[in-house]
Amino acid sequence: MSFLSVKEMISGAQEAGLPLWEYIMVSSAEEAGISTEKSWEMMAMRLQAMKDADAGYNPALRSRSGLVGGDGGRMLNYARSGKSISGDFMGEVISAALRMGECNACMHRILAAPTAGACGVLPATLLSYAKKFDTSDDEIIRAMYVSAGFGTVIAERASIAGAEAGCQAEVGSASAMAAASLVYLHGGDEQQMAHACAIALKNMLGLVCDPVAGLVEVPCVKRNAAGAVNALAASDMAMAGISSRIPADEVIDAMAAVGETMPASLRETGNGGVAASPTGIKFREEYFGK
Amino acid sequence: MDIFDLIGPIMVGPSSSHTAGAVRIGYVARKIFREEPKKAEIILHGSFAATGRGHGTDRALVAGLLGMHPDDSRIPDSFEIAQERGLDFSFESRELRGAHPNTAKIKLIADDGRELEISAASVGGGRIEVRELAGMPMHFTADKPTLIISNNDKPGSIAKVSEVLSREKINIATFNVNRSSRGGRAIMVIECDSIVSPETLQHIADSPEILSVAFVDPD
Repeated sequence: MSFLSVKEMISGAQEAGLPLWEYIMVSSAEEAGISTEKSWEMMAMRLQAMKDADAGYNPALRSRSGLVGGDGGRMLNYARSGKSISGDFMGEVISAALRMGECNACMHRILAAPTAGACGVLPATLLSYAKKFDTSDDEIIRAMYVSAGFGTVIAERASIAGAEAGCQAEVGSASAMAAASLVYLHGGDEQQMAHACAIALKNMLGLVCDPVAGLVEVPCVKRNAAGAVNALAASDMAMAGISSRIPADEVIDAMAAVGETMPASLRETGNGGVAASPTGIKFREEYFGK
Repeated sequence: MDIFDLIGPIMVGPSSSHTAGAVRIGYVARKIFREEPKKAEIILHGSFAATGRGHGTDRALVAGLLGMHPDDSRIPDSFEIAQERGLDFSFESRELRGAHPNTAKIKLIADDGRELEISAASVGGGRIEVRELAGMPMHFTADKPTLIISNNDKPGSIAKVSEVLSREKINIATFNVNRSSRGGRAIMVIECDSIVSPETLQHIADSPEILSVAFVDPD
């Protein structure tokens, strides 16, 4: 079965006497008609794809429009200089998000999570966490199931498409998924995962999808860094015992409602937001030679 | 929605609709054509025409025509690979009346001059829909094992096909037939629940009135 609410997903796991990640794996495998071994293998492949994409990053690459490239490398050098404002770890996370976003814009192979445009958030948080805390691959895979579980609820109740509900549905969803799985990795319980998901998504409510010249480049790549950092903040708040006053399911519904009221110009048409700024328009005209 | 639609697909960026979906359109076109084309004339419509270049839609379509999948890291180099393999391609931007915003219309030409025209749309998340084939309206996604059979519109040809499939214990999920005119050429599109083996395809092709049999596997 598909998860229609965070509440049901968590109570379902409790009734089944399974940890949340395992409950998500078992129910989704059953729904897809595959074995749990096959499901695990598919998830492991996806973890490998994230790692491979990150390892293949090249700061010399530029996107075909020339608007994007090199910033992930720039950020990494700065983070490693020990002089960054946000500290070594957050600097690494920001760089990892930029690197993956640039890989995507430069036509490298990436893992969409949940979309290609938002592909930097999950690897930036999970892989950086694994490096810092020396986490095993198996544990990261379990965390990816947690992400996927929260993601399916968001997809069912709201949307993960920028064209439907703006960037809150892409980077916002990715951030909420990442926040829940970071809480899992850090030993939090299911309620804390739900709070982290709710807090992360709330912080991204209303975020518009306004790609300059319609390309998945500006402001998409840097928004991945925002989504990743927001996930860290939300998961740390949840781990500190801070709860979201609004339950996760209601936040997800609010995101859907905000998406419905968003004008078309702010839903991936490239006609609003920074895409409609004088510089955004200039880039578009230079690129399309209008 | 399946969890692997949330954590996945693994794909070459930057866009699931404009890149991954475009590879898939090229791939499905090639499968229906049943061989690597010598020439491909590609018309881009709507958003494919407007932002396609920046999303690599052009390279993605050619990659698919070369038989690549959306996760093939050679996609950015598809133009060069096509040149090496002797696939000549051209692009044109044109308004296609009533077409989905992300539509490509592709004419494929073989060495012996055989031609096929196919129109398909990228409908989101890397999923596609074939909208027109050999001048006939169509509506299939090719995300299930799909048979595309061209036949003379004569009584019994459908029965022949279903008989072979039933003998091989292949369950039919959906079945659609279109024809150009009564007694003319018809196209059957059959979505199956399992993979159809090359032997079975040959059995179908051997039936009278069957002109061609193509099979698109979901991966």
